[in-house]
Amino acid sequence: MKLLRMTLRTALRALRRNKMRSALTMLGIIIGVAAVITMVSIGQGADAAVQNQIRSLGTNLLMVIPGATTSSGVRSGWGGVSTLTAADAAAIKKECPSVAEVTHFKRQIVQVVYGDQNWATAAQGSTPTFQKVRDWPVSMGEFFTQRDEDTANRVVVLGQTVVDHLFGPGEDPVDAYVRIKDVPFRVIGVLEAKGQTTWGQDQDDVLVMPFSTAERRVLGTQFLGTVDMIFASAGSTEEINTATQEITTVLHDRHHIQPEQENDFTVRNLNDIAKASESASKVMTNLLLSVALISLLVGGIGIMNILLVSVTERTREIGIRMAVGAKARHILLQFLVEAITLSMVGGLAGAILGIAGAQLISYFAAWPTLLSPAAVAGSFLFSGAVGVFFGFYPARKASRLDPIAALRYE
Amino acid sequence: MTEALIQVRDLWKIYRLGDVEVQALCGVSTDITSGEFVAVMGASGSGKSTFMNILGCLDRPTRGTYRLDSVDVSSLSADQRATIRNRQVGFVFQNFNLIPRTSAWENVELPLFYSDVPLHEQHRRAREALTAVGLTGRENHLPSQLSGGEQQRVAIARALVNRPSLLLADEPTGNLDTQTSIEILQIFQRLNREQGITIVLVTHEPDIATYPERVITFRDGQIISDLQQRPATLRERTSVAAG
Repeated sequence: MKLLRMTLRTALRALRRNKMRSALTMLGIIIGVAAVITMVSIGQGADAAVQNQIRSLGTNLLMVIPGATTSSGVRSGWGGVSTLTAADAAAIKKECPSVAEVTHFKRQIVQVVYGDQNWATAAQGSTPTFQKVRDWPVSMGEFFTQRDEDTANRVVVLGQTVVDHLFGPGEDPVDAYVRIKDVPFRVIGVLEAKGQTTWGQDQDDVLVMPFSTAERRVLGTQFLGTVDMIFASAGSTEEINTATQEITTVLHDRHHIQPEQENDFTVRNLNDIAKASESASKVMTNLLLSVALISLLVGGIGIMNILLVSVTERTREIGIRMAVGAKARHILLQFLVEAITLSMVGGLAGAILGIAGAQLISYFAAWPTLLSPAAVAGSFLFSGAVGVFFGFYPARKASRLDPIAALRYE
Repeated sequence: MTEALIQVRDLWKIYRLGDVEVQALCGVSTDITSGEFVAVMGASGSGKSTFMNILGCLDRPTRGTYRLDSVDVSSLSADQRATIRNRQVGFVFQNFNLIPRTSAWENVELPLFYSDVPLHEQHRRAREALTAVGLTGRENHLPSQLSGGEQQRVAIARALVNRPSLLLADEPTGNLDTQTSIEILQIFQRLNREQGITIVLVTHEPDIATYPERVITFRDGQIISDLQQRPATLRERTSVAAG
């Protein structure tokens, strides 16, 4: 204990004696650690933001999109033709055990009027399960029920953006009457604000009404029962792939698709999208991280270099210490402590700089950053390990000096 | 009769420089009793420094035995020899060998770093050693701020701090003027007489060799003479210096 304290004191004094040299030696470690922490913060911040946006669409969400149809040689991509129906949705709900909830909708841009205000927005006719599948609670009032759907009631739930454009501040939209395509609707609820999607679309610029109401009273339709999209939610994250399979099989049968034909629908799940964006940001983070780690290694080599110089400069001191009774391990410890002190002080300075850097970037560049305590602790410990690793060779060299030769060294 | 503090029997040291064999010591045997003050004389290359390094456990003999305080130290490991150097031997060198940019006080305390003396005891002993060499009031000076004589006193205090039974001085006055040399030798004489510390002093100056009570002379790795003498006293020394 006494020895360790003395050793630490000697090390600190040796480093203080060559302030400039110590600072320059540490610089590599400082930059390395700061870079690791900043990079990981930016990477994780971006990742969290993307994941949040994707999750805001709904949990374990599967989208069934009409399209990919070949009709008399004319091929069109998804969404080209309305091939999905409300009956398809019902069949999915009934026949796919991995699917927990299903909803379907039809959508059209409509003009909404309230008092002297008006606003064009996307009207969606959907089912009462819409709320569950999209994981989208109301902030005021309530969502419509199966009874509203059965009776094609003229009730509507507004998105926050629509409320903001039609109603003044402090005005209660619930129970107000709005007109959609000249049909009066009673507002029964307001959906919670969800913000933008990954691709920058305002999810709150929407209004939802019962599917039957939309079909019969507002949007009208060429073919009764066709829908723009079916949303299904899998029972759990693990069931997403099974659910995709089951839905494909059910629709395959119902649409009488021959083996050589292309499917007239597409099933996509958000986890694929999430994974793709996640792996893209992982690649970036890993690239930046490896550059930062290389910087740490270079810093370690700097420490080794300066310690080798120090061992040579202090050869006689080592000889004196050995003459008065220092054992090889005492000398080893002394130089190792010097190396670790250099790298840990550098690591600490780097950690502070990295945290500050991440804050500055999120402040000035408005990038989301997420400070990871694991990255801070990890890079700090890694810098210590760099000190041990690169300090060991010079320290061992010092400890193996012959005391007589070291005492005579000029 | 009790066993001598230092008991050397048929000591050989052979260095190999490429194809050439250098015989630094060729069968040296001698005893040094506890409390003796011995001068080791000889021209450079006579083997006296090698002898001294072996006595101080810095080096090991190629052949032969060396018993220090009844322990055969010629076969000890490097770590064990470090412990012996720490506990039983004190070194004083020609060029002082103080650690630069480190205060006199801390230089004196250095051997205690590597022993298990507790911290408060460490300070007490350092003060005691500095007092013994007459160097109080300058403890916090750096070696570069001290004169040669003062630096050598610090070195002697460092050698004494662990209360060794053997003090080895290798040309301790080689870098000092006559007056300072006399002061340093006075300290050795006093330590030997008052504290009974065994001192082996290596020198090639006949003047210096008049102070110890015994002179061993080396030539070509062998002892050629081993004489007892009446040591010169302080008064005679002063008259020699005056004359």
